[in-house]
Amino acid sequence: MAKLIQDWDLVIEPKGSLFRLNLKEVWKYKDLLEMYIKRDIVTFYKQTILGPLWFFIQPVFTTIVFMFVFGGLAGISTDGIPQPLFYLSGICLWNYFSDSLLKTSDTFYTNQAVFGKVYFPRLIVPLSVTISGLLKMMIQFLLFAGVYIYFVSKGTLVAINSYALLFPVLIFILAGLALGFGIIISSMTTKYRDLKFLVAFAVQLWMYFTPVIYPLSVMEGNYKKYMWFIQANPLTAVLETFKYGFLGKGSFSWFALCYSVVFTIMLLLIGTWIFNRVERSFMDVV
Amino acid sequence: MGDIAIKFENISKQYRLGAIGTGTLSHDLNRWWIMNIQGKADPYLKIGQANDRENKSTSDYVWALKNINFEVKKGEVLGIIGKNGAGKSTLLKILSRVTTPSAGRIVAQGRIASLLEVGTGFHPEMTGRENIYMNGSIMGMTKAEITRKLDEIVDFAGVEKYLDTPVKRYSSGMTVRLGFAIAAYLEPEILVVDEVLAVGDAEFQKKAIGKMQDVSHQDGRTVLFVSHNMQAITNLCSRVVLLNKGTVVQDSNPLEVVRNYLMYETLKEGAIYWDQESALGDSTLKLIAIKILDQDNNIRSHFFSKFKIRIQLDFLINQLESDLVIGFDITNENGMIILRTYHNDNSPDSWPELKVGLNSIICELPGDFFNVGTYYISPKISLHFKKWIINSDPLLSFEVELNHGLSPFWNRITKSTRPGSLAMILPWHTNNLD
Repeated sequence: MAKLIQDWDLVIEPKGSLFRLNLKEVWKYKDLLEMYIKRDIVTFYKQTILGPLWFFIQPVFTTIVFMFVFGGLAGISTDGIPQPLFYLSGICLWNYFSDSLLKTSDTFYTNQAVFGKVYFPRLIVPLSVTISGLLKMMIQFLLFAGVYIYFVSKGTLVAINSYALLFPVLIFILAGLALGFGIIISSMTTKYRDLKFLVAFAVQLWMYFTPVIYPLSVMEGNYKKYMWFIQANPLTAVLETFKYGFLGKGSFSWFALCYSVVFTIMLLLIGTWIFNRVERSFMDVV
Repeated sequence: MGDIAIKFENISKQYRLGAIGTGTLSHDLNRWWIMNIQGKADPYLKIGQANDRENKSTSDYVWALKNINFEVKKGEVLGIIGKNGAGKSTLLKILSRVTTPSAGRIVAQGRIASLLEVGTGFHPEMTGRENIYMNGSIMGMTKAEITRKLDEIVDFAGVEKYLDTPVKRYSSGMTVRLGFAIAAYLEPEILVVDEVLAVGDAEFQKKAIGKMQDVSHQDGRTVLFVSHNMQAITNLCSRVVLLNKGTVVQDSNPLEVVRNYLMYETLKEGAIYWDQESALGDSTLKLIAIKILDQDNNIRSHFFSKFKIRIQLDFLINQLESDLVIGFDITNENGMIILRTYHNDNSPDSWPELKVGLNSIICELPGDFFNVGTYYISPKISLHFKKWIINSDPLLSFEVELNHGLSPFWNRITKSTRPGSLAMILPWHTNNLD
């Protein structure tokens, strides 16, 4: 009998096994993932006049505003890094994180029409959002590279160092955190919509607890008592490591980076697990 | 088990009525406590409460499906019929893994593709070609497979000219054709079709039905077909399952099940009324009554064939749409559609006027028209070629006793019956041309 059961290609049961992450299935649907990524990118600038230019407009203007408000009015130090580079790097990284998080956190709600009709591993959708966002961020880094070269040619810049090689790790942490938090939140918002409002608000505040507009050293100088809070934020290491590697200033520590990596992996595991529990029956509760 | 494609084993599905979600946080916590900590069954599941739309349920929880057991053989075209709310769509949703059963299990062999609603995942901004790839991969095809099938899909859907046009510029018919083509050429071992043939022109419907037959006969693949169209069911299926209130009532050959369904599941009183809550329809229009009347406007369900029969439809219009078509099908006891009629079949100046609010329109069926037998009325109301508002199964019936008075060869006294669905008396005369 046991042998017979194995012959079925598909078994549909009320509850799946407790620790199934479903990743094999995601792999089976990798072509769909590719299509979703393509869709996200292609449809982004369809019927717009400026098209892909929009990828640049937002960081440029945000940087200018930050330079006036935080650099000029508030006079927050940038650790000796030229202001445009300091803010631009922070904005590119932060925007990627917050965009991906906000978009993935609605997964079930915004896709209920498709999810309600056909089965595929739901994880494909948040995955595609995180990956297509990555492309957008890479394009924005071209802008960063341009400004970077400008400052190098003027000779005002401490050059790039070997810690810049950690860039892929930083990307992994950013993407992993956005995806992890995103899928956990999306799993919970299917039932309790309140979370949706909370998330938008929390992400906004979160930026101020991350060294985006200020270097960690400034925080350490002024609020030593609350440093643990900023350091507990897994994003802190990402921004500081980036600035350390590319701009030569910042606080880098292997411990902080390892903490962020471990945090990300744990979050992804827990997130995938929760997401898989919810995806099976979310149609009944959404 | 070699020749079984799908096996439903004690499938049950329970829904909570009323409030959003699975209820309140306190219900959730309580349920979680009892199920996971104490290890008992869900305390809010009430056993034995069937999904009965006629009676107000006493429990907040309702069984949409209850102990469904049947097998589908490979290559079989299985029809599933039942009234609205009988559980057909829930069953297909579980099968296509959109939702999970509350109890029981389904095992299947082969890839399942469902046509619960074609065009799923179409992105309006993307071109036809991009959408073929998108839709195909949603259904589990690989890119290489789609590329191989692309020409056939495009050909079947008849969209080669518009392949690089965004789908938002397509007509609804084209979208449906494209959607169906993708699913049909996906070559799943099991194809699930739910009312896809609802939209689309007649020519395409023929193509689609032909394709479904090919899929099962030539390629030996399994088809599960849910429809309100009894004629399509009897034509296409080799076996039919009748669901009622979430349970399997009958599982037999198509003609037998369809007859049984028509006979026992429709009203024989000659009139149906709905209250606001249970009325069929959507935000545009709600049907509140259907009546079968004689010439003097008395409600009846038994007629002599020589008399006229009037079908009255009462409905509330909230939004007056210019492409609203209101009508009904008349089906005979074998499930064959004798005719479909709409209020605006005739020239525009003779259409009954529709207005926002309560409308009551009558269609008069001529005397000397029907043969002996039972006939069923299924209301069909739609926005022309766009969307069904009501696409119902037969709801009520009338009986006709043959009584064509005038000829000594064919009247009540001679009692001779004729073959054929209709028994019209037609004019005959000598050809005087020479």
